[in-house]
Amino acid sequence: MEWYNLDTWIVITGALCASACAIPGCFLVLRQMSMMGDAISHAVLPGLAIAFMITGSRSSLSMFVGAAVVGVLTALFSQWISQFGKVDRGASMGIVFTSLFALGLILIVQASNHVELDASCVLYGALELTPLDLWQWEFLGLSFKAPRAACVLATILVINITVIGIFYKEFKISSFDPALAKTLGIHSGLIHYLLMTMVAITTVAAFEAVGSIIVIAMLVVPAATAYLLTENLVIMMFVSVFFSIAAAILGHISAILVPSWFGLNSTSSSAMIAVMAGCLFLIAWIFAPKQGLLQNYFIKSKSHNKAR
Amino acid sequence: MTSMLLKVLFVSFPFFLQPILGSASDHSGTSFIHFNFKDFLEVISLANYNTRLVILSTSILGIASGSIGSFLLLRKRSLIGDAISHACLPGIGIAFLIMTALGNTGKFLPGLLLGASISGFVGVLVVMAIRNTTKLKDDAAMGIVLSIFFGLGVALLRIITEIPGASAAGLESFIYGKTASIVLYDFWLISLVAILVTVASFILLKEWTLLCFDSGYAATQGWPVYALDLSLLVGITLVTVIGLQSVGLILIIAFLIIPPSAARFWTENLKKMLIISSVLGGLSGWVGATMSALFQNLPAGAVIVLVATTIFIFSMLFGTSRGLLIRFIKHTKLNRKIGRDHLMHSSYEVLEEMAMHENRMINNQKIKRSRLLQRRSWMDTELKSLIHTSKKNGLIERYTDEYILLGEAGFAEAARTTRNHRLWEMYLIEYAEVAPTNVDRGADLVEHVLGADIVRMLESKMKTSPYMYIPNPHSESEGLS
Repeated sequence: MEWYNLDTWIVITGALCASACAIPGCFLVLRQMSMMGDAISHAVLPGLAIAFMITGSRSSLSMFVGAAVVGVLTALFSQWISQFGKVDRGASMGIVFTSLFALGLILIVQASNHVELDASCVLYGALELTPLDLWQWEFLGLSFKAPRAACVLATILVINITVIGIFYKEFKISSFDPALAKTLGIHSGLIHYLLMTMVAITTVAAFEAVGSIIVIAMLVVPAATAYLLTENLVIMMFVSVFFSIAAAILGHISAILVPSWFGLNSTSSSAMIAVMAGCLFLIAWIFAPKQGLLQNYFIKSKSHNKAR
Repeated sequence: MTSMLLKVLFVSFPFFLQPILGSASDHSGTSFIHFNFKDFLEVISLANYNTRLVILSTSILGIASGSIGSFLLLRKRSLIGDAISHACLPGIGIAFLIMTALGNTGKFLPGLLLGASISGFVGVLVVMAIRNTTKLKDDAAMGIVLSIFFGLGVALLRIITEIPGASAAGLESFIYGKTASIVLYDFWLISLVAILVTVASFILLKEWTLLCFDSGYAATQGWPVYALDLSLLVGITLVTVIGLQSVGLILIIAFLIIPPSAARFWTENLKKMLIISSVLGGLSGWVGATMSALFQNLPAGAVIVLVATTIFIFSMLFGTSRGLLIRFIKHTKLNRKIGRDHLMHSSYEVLEEMAMHENRMINNQKIKRSRLLQRRSWMDTELKSLIHTSKKNGLIERYTDEYILLGEAGFAEAARTTRNHRLWEMYLIEYAEVAPTNVDRGADLVEHVLGADIVRMLESKMKTSPYMYIPNPHSESEGLS
């Protein structure tokens, strides 16, 4: 296996993306909204369509704004439907994202009679291509170069950490005990929408930079893994970031390594990052010290022996 | 990069982009709302072969997924369709590999469908395992399975395309909707699965109902809960895989969620909900596909989803059982009744105080508004509107800004309300341990609920308490009869 400068950048970008997603992901898992990432990734379509219709260009910024707005709306609409219509939260999420996707599709078909389809460059994310799109800047007379995606994702990561750092207490209390939060004068609804905005922006930015699979996986899997290992929220966030970075490194290595055992070329890095996150989850599921499958098995057989 | 994003979203849903190859798209109208009566008749009467296939297939699929989706909604697992449809991908890759190794073309559709079903079902099993052995909830379990299986599938398909000699191009489109619209083969597959699922949900109606509402109870009664749960999920997997293959990912997810959620607003009865949900599913399939055939540039899948959404919004607003409007009306009615009760009760107590102060029997007199206002934490305007409506109902004879005067009926009503309130209070004090079963009734039900003996006992207690005794308004007439 040969390691290039390119691979380092891919791992760094992947790790940045993974940890930017893992932090809000912890709160999604705690609030039982893990499917939000998948919902938003489908729902942003009308935002893209409208941004395209208004500006007439495919510039990244307008598309990003359109998608982010619709991402927030997705969270808002599903909250309304479940709150006012008393519909199950998962179902209301499903209603909203399928409807928005369909709406976006019709908008796009109406706007341009011809949508180009290319089956070869799809679904696989574009993590491998990120090092080709470099940003260059000068600071203190030194010249730096970094992939655009890495810069964007680093910014998002910093924003996420800052927001959660500032409102940590509010996030924590309103996630675990909304009633207590209310009595303490914390506006749970506002915190909820802040979190949803964060998730929407993170998802859209990461989606645009590195592809969808890695985002959807990283919003859920590392947080769920950490959830099995600890009962402390701060530790859970650190552990989930650790697992997400580990998944990014292992994922890229295995994307190169595994197919080479069969004499084939490398496979998709972002897909393998998702798979590796899954492997780490599996290990935690089996070996977790307090609630792992093995531990449960031992406890069961021990008490069984005692009963005899 | 953004154009790539667009493509990412599109490619897996070619069916969505495909206007039905029916009559309307054959002629050369350029405007969106190009419409003529002949086309309309042709589409409605299902004369065109292609249109007929698409309309019938989507309707049947809507009916089947509407019925089985109801159970999912009640199990709070609506998004499992989403998880299953993503989890199918690795199965397609593996099935392709196996079939290629056996010397086939590898694109044999039943084989691919079998692979997809198996891996979708394995995904479901993993969801259940995660949920049952960890503290993670359904949503996290589904998210994990969805993303990991999908990642595995993408990695696998990428590897397969690299294998020399295996023509795997477009493999994923076999499962995520086909570029050519629905063909006869799909129609028969859909019909077969739809019949299977519908028959199953009728045969297993009782069992699945029990599972949805109280699986713990079902388990203690000796029902094989796991097997039942699995049978339900097998049904879901079949519908999802068939739907994926013929109409695409988003439409089948929508079909499993939206019609049942809409039906929930119309009834509290599961059987009725099943029927309504099937009808709504079939209807949105029919209407959506018809519209797509009638107008240009309306992709069938997307229109069907939007028709279903429209039905959902309508149901949410106007549903006769849980709709927003009916709930609002009920809520307002209840509030008005409570407000009226409070007004009557307070008026009586003010009159009582006045009588006690002057040491005489209670009688109907003018009541100062300011005294009423002190009684409760009323807003001034709130009290005003209550007084106004009571005047309309004939409970209040006349009122000014200073005073109100109860009418004869109003005075009797005030006495009755106060008496009932006090009886209930007494009952709660005396029989607190049995009370909760009866507490939830209206105050005026006291005689009917508690029975004559208890009421008599409460009355005797009331005479000795600081409360003033209020005679039963019915007692005289009852004594006469």
